[in-house]
Amino acid sequence: MSTQPVILKARGAVARRQLFSRFSRYVFLLATAIPVTILLVLTYDTVQTAWPRLDWGIISNYPSRHWEITGYRPGIVGSLWILGVTVFASFPVAIGTAIWIEEFAPKSRLLTIVKINLANLAGVPSIIYGILGLTIFVRFYEMERSILAAGFTLALMIIPMTVIASQEAIRQVPPSLRDGALALGATRWQAVRHNVLPNAIPGIMTGVILATSRAAGETAALIMIGGFTFIRFDPGPSPADIVNPSAFYDGLRESFTILPIQIYGDTINSQLDFRHAAAAGIIALMAGVMTLNLIAAVIRERFRRF
Amino acid sequence: MALDTARFRDPAELQRQMRKSLARRPVEVLVIGLLWACGLISLATTALIVFTLFEETFRFFQDVPFTDFFFGTDWQPLIPGSQSYGIWELVAGTVNVLLWSLVIALPLGLGSAIYLSEYADPRVRRILKPMLEALASVPTVVYAYFALTFVTADVLRPLLGNDNVPVFNALAASIMLAVMILPTIASISEDAMSSVPRDLREAAYGLGSTRLEVAIRVVFPAALSGIIAAILLAIARVVGETMIVAVAAGSTPNLTLNPLEPVQTMTGFMLQVGLGDTQRGATDYQSLFAVGMMLFLITLLFNIAAYFFVRRYREEYE
Amino acid sequence: MKELDETLAPASRAVAADIIAPEPTPTEEAIRTPAEPALFRLRDLGVWYGSKHAVSEINLDIPLNRVTALIGPSGCGKSTMLRCLNRMNDLIPTARVEGRVEYHGANIYDRSVDPVEVRRRIGMVFQKPNPFPKSIYDNVAFGARVNGIKGNMDEIVESALRRAALWEEVKGELRKSGLALSGGQQQRLCIARALAVQPDVILMDEPCSALDPIATLKIEDLIRELVQNYTIIIVTHNMQQAARVSDYTAFMLAAEHGVNGRLVEYGPTTEIFTNPREKRTEDYITGRFG
Repeated sequence: MSTQPVILKARGAVARRQLFSRFSRYVFLLATAIPVTILLVLTYDTVQTAWPRLDWGIISNYPSRHWEITGYRPGIVGSLWILGVTVFASFPVAIGTAIWIEEFAPKSRLLTIVKINLANLAGVPSIIYGILGLTIFVRFYEMERSILAAGFTLALMIIPMTVIASQEAIRQVPPSLRDGALALGATRWQAVRHNVLPNAIPGIMTGVILATSRAAGETAALIMIGGFTFIRFDPGPSPADIVNPSAFYDGLRESFTILPIQIYGDTINSQLDFRHAAAAGIIALMAGVMTLNLIAAVIRERFRRF
Repeated sequence: MALDTARFRDPAELQRQMRKSLARRPVEVLVIGLLWACGLISLATTALIVFTLFEETFRFFQDVPFTDFFFGTDWQPLIPGSQSYGIWELVAGTVNVLLWSLVIALPLGLGSAIYLSEYADPRVRRILKPMLEALASVPTVVYAYFALTFVTADVLRPLLGNDNVPVFNALAASIMLAVMILPTIASISEDAMSSVPRDLREAAYGLGSTRLEVAIRVVFPAALSGIIAAILLAIARVVGETMIVAVAAGSTPNLTLNPLEPVQTMTGFMLQVGLGDTQRGATDYQSLFAVGMMLFLITLLFNIAAYFFVRRYREEYE
Repeated sequence: MKELDETLAPASRAVAADIIAPEPTPTEEAIRTPAEPALFRLRDLGVWYGSKHAVSEINLDIPLNRVTALIGPSGCGKSTMLRCLNRMNDLIPTARVEGRVEYHGANIYDRSVDPVEVRRRIGMVFQKPNPFPKSIYDNVAFGARVNGIKGNMDEIVESALRRAALWEEVKGELRKSGLALSGGQQQRLCIARALAVQPDVILMDEPCSALDPIATLKIEDLIRELVQNYTIIIVTHNMQQAARVSDYTAFMLAAEHGVNGRLVEYGPTTEIFTNPREKRTEDYITGRFG
């Protein structure tokens, strides 16, 4: 009796289904490849357009009527001052909120409301934060259209996402560390301060940096509070003012512009050649944003402990 | 160091020593107070947003009848003498770019999520996912630049002809909005699909399913609430995005869903007011807040819906 | 123990069923009162997790300067009961404790009592060694620092490490991370950390369950050493361990898994193991069910 070899080759309907399945891989791969290709094409296009203006003047010159010599110096200086204010104003509040939610808030309806509210605030359009800043900081607190008002506006905008990232970082710390400290007679705050926070700091830093990078690119909110201005000086305090608090404060109350707004201005300029400058400005902006993201990624990888 | 057991001998004294005392821990009390204050700041922010928007919106509706705003189809707030405030033209602009950006972003975003979660080799995935997420860190003013200078000028107009594509058009904005939300859709959906338990997949393979069938019939439905959350968040971002539409879509209120026409969105109008120097107290200034209120409520709806879908999928598999 | 449970499951389930059958309150003589002065007096102690009654009607006296072991199948509420003694249950949002726990005659569940004050007097060692990701020195010094204990910190650290029988092994490398030690050393570090706060009692929640037999033996020797100066209460699911280290043993059992754990029998360890008064204790000790 001869045994028939068992045939394990798909036939009929099964073969067709397998064919579909094999083919589907390439369809889905295409879906992934398209965005990646777009990213590459856009990078290429930017560098090509920026080529005539890839010089140091683009970051060291003041704006000009001639695209060959115009520069983003006031925008870059303004952006740096505003981000400084933003980080100082948002960092403590955001971490405090995250600690409160994770460690101190009673598990009640209030906590649920705070959490939903934060999730919503993280998604409120930035232009609405712009209106809020305009009404509260510019008008009500009479900060005028200043660096300070801009910094506070962006702080309000990035607090929710910083809180959410910090919460995540705090949750990563094993509860056994907190319990160990409490069992030794530490108070709740001592346990958080000495055992939870030190281990959550890398994650929190990552969140803060990513939020800062988001703020660095924000344009609409700051146009709303008056950042679309033609400025031919360095906004903010001069280096000498750092030792003089009142001069420093006056510096922060100066009017401002920021790099993204200057890029916007040159993009919509009716002289199309200004697009060379805008592209070069985009390279400067992306360099800043990418550096921040890189730092965040390095911190995340270096200090991954748990 | 001998243990001092004598200190425990008197129950009343011990009870007294263990008593709660705020004065003993001033730092603790201060810090907890500050933390409570922090926790409530976020609520205060929302309250301020609502109050700010509501105050001027209320004044706006003293000048402009409710019905004109909600049922009018002509938005002409900035032309002195013949103003009209029918929000629908702005809503149509927003819906226009939303529609076309979703048409582009949904297949691409969900396709790449399925590829990364179900097909890709782990090594490939480790390279591709960060690249996709890099798109999320690009400032929108950069996308705005591309929409105007690259998509319209270098792609759409040469492809479809200068006569068919105006300099400002909804399609260019939609394309860049799609690129903007791709990482949101792909990344969150991919997370949701990756957290579908292995045994569910293995059960389906065990029944003789192909990879495609497992992906579409098992993993996709199981991850649905996460995917819906991703889409809702993406919608909220498109509706709220300002720079791309302001730069590329134009500033002509236009009641159309045709992607090849210039349109003005709600955010586009708001930026236009912000750029100009309209007087405080004027109706056109107040219309900024009325439109802002509208925008806030719409995004609120999508954000909260997304929150609940996210929570649901976390509860399901984590 | 767990594996044993599963292999014996079919046979033991029949036995377990008739053990679990209603026989709620233990007979009077099954709960003995130790002759030594009591450190803890538990009166009508009960714990709720949300709507689940985890532990109920616990009444016993825990003697001073003795080792008391809490034994029973998993889910019987022995850890829950242990965590009542230093108010660690307060940290679980849904937990509620009723009844009294007297420590040196003072009720630690009195409304005026600050749980932090309770915990600094009562040391605790956990199931899994949980040294802080800090140096050995800082691990031991932590409790003393947060409690504002004055004195020469180097001496406090050395003395605590000596008492925990760890000094000889680590004295040259106090700056090394506590996490770099072996599991058994980590657990002894945790004991040293608790001793540095100068408690008079140490609660141990299955302290050897994550350790190998040799490390376990060292901890058991240490427990016998420590009991000359401290009161020790140890939760264990290892009956041999209870027999080896404890002076008194309390046996607990739950009506169903994780709900309504009760005290079945309590008394000197030798009596419990050689001559139990309750049939359920005997069944458990002879290994007739989990």
